[in-house]
Amino acid sequence: MRTDLCGIELEHPVINASGTFDAIAAIRAFGDEVLERFPFSAFVSKTITLAPRQGNPPPRLWEAAAGLINSIGLPNKGLDGYLEHDLPVLARLPVPLVVNVMGFTREEVATLVAAVAERDEVAGLELNVSCPNVESGLIMGADPRETAALVERVRPLTAKPLIVKLTPNATDPAAVAEAAEGAGADAVSLVNTLRGMAHHPRTGEPWLGAGTGGVSGPAVRAIALAQVAQVAERVTIPVVGMGGVETGAHAAALLRAGAAVVAVGTESFRDPRAGARVAAELDELLRKERVSAGA
Amino acid sequence: MNRTLAPFDRRLGQVEAVDAVGAYRRLRCTDPGGPAPRPGQFYMLAMAERWGGGEDERPYLPRAFSYLRWDAGRLEFLLEDVGPGTRRLAEARPGEEIWLLGPLGAGFTAPRDGRAPLLVGGGIGIVPLLPLQSEIPGPALLGFRDAAHATAGALMEDVELCTDDGSAGHHGLVTELLGARLDGHVEIYACGPPAMLEAVRLMTGERGVPAQLALESGMACGFGACFGCVVPTADGYVRVCVDGPVLEAARLEAVPAH
Repeated sequence: MRTDLCGIELEHPVINASGTFDAIAAIRAFGDEVLERFPFSAFVSKTITLAPRQGNPPPRLWEAAAGLINSIGLPNKGLDGYLEHDLPVLARLPVPLVVNVMGFTREEVATLVAAVAERDEVAGLELNVSCPNVESGLIMGADPRETAALVERVRPLTAKPLIVKLTPNATDPAAVAEAAEGAGADAVSLVNTLRGMAHHPRTGEPWLGAGTGGVSGPAVRAIALAQVAQVAERVTIPVVGMGGVETGAHAAALLRAGAAVVAVGTESFRDPRAGARVAAELDELLRKERVSAGA
Repeated sequence: MNRTLAPFDRRLGQVEAVDAVGAYRRLRCTDPGGPAPRPGQFYMLAMAERWGGGEDERPYLPRAFSYLRWDAGRLEFLLEDVGPGTRRLAEARPGEEIWLLGPLGAGFTAPRDGRAPLLVGGGIGIVPLLPLQSEIPGPALLGFRDAAHATAGALMEDVELCTDDGSAGHHGLVTELLGARLDGHVEIYACGPPAMLEAVRLMTGERGVPAQLALESGMACGFGACFGCVVPTADGYVRVCVDGPVLEAARLEAVPAH
């Protein structure tokens, strides 16, 4: 089932959520089968920042009720390291590459967008706006004006698709989505993880090294569905829907709520081929719906 | 080569038996089409049914286990009931289906410079040492809580045993046994609780003896996707699942307590 995501041609409507599949590590574990049978119709990279980051101190994971809380802290090689070491490997993938970037100031984001977008291997960019703008102190994606100002700053730098990854930790994600569209974004994606916390079962201290983390998995599915529906009603650009997708039926629900494309995230931790399985189940479901509709 | 690549698909095995080995449970299952693993590698396991809905709506994620034995088409694991995941696996019935992903990670490598292998295990950490010993024979120093757990020591050969409570073997810690055997001609292969591995790391570091530590860490995926299982090394954090689980002691800055 071919799909178009703001000009990026996809074999099927299931991609990965940023930070939930490392294609390079997967090749180390599973070999070239990863390239031959890539589970997603596009690959969205982990977040790249200007400077290299070590990430948060462990422990970084807590298994929550029907889900996961993570505080990974965006470890990455930094822009130069990514372009030099990772991009040549990712160029071997049989699907379009979307690079997710994040900066702590608008100028940082602009530097990242300009440097990444000029590479031929890159089909599109996703902006992670779930971090504070250190100049204003506001989370870039939690405030419509902050989001608009960011997208306006980077929009002129590239003609390639710009996807804004919305945070669900905002008062009104749909207003942020509208602001992103108004400033020239080509698509929005949601939901990112929801802020969560767990205590050490014996000491009662915060378990995660960073204190709090992001909740994902089935625990957020109903919240994601509602936010996708709300955002899809307010924007005309495509919506990439994600949050707790484990099956084709979960993906179909997001499409029904208005998403154009669906992303699989945490389920890939349980099943590295989850993306392909969800795509096949979705295809089967939609086929049956067409048959029963007499189409 | 210390790493067999895993098939990209997780596969369904069938539980054949779950029996007691002292205070531990041994789970045997089929491994249809799975390749031969290398000592030190691990698998992600999850029951196909009723994986979830337990205490606090867990387990949700698969759990990482070193393999105890592999024989064409058949795998064995040793478990200790410490939480909702291990409890569900320990309660598995013959005929139930189990998801297998693996073998994963990098295992042990041969001793350097003609050194004699010396195996050091603590509790459930003896598991990866079993396939290692059948490939690289060497004496095993094993520590357990008590005699009930120490029964598992009989799975290995050439064993010197100790227990925390003195109910079997030497009364004391396995690192005391190691202290008496540590000389410049051995290479250490160790797996066990974090405090034991940290002590082994410090002891071998002081003496300049090479040591390969098989680490454990909470992990969501087992193949490098989640970045959750990191440990600190001289080159920054590395992922236990793809850079380990067997790591050089000299590379590590500490064995984390979690």
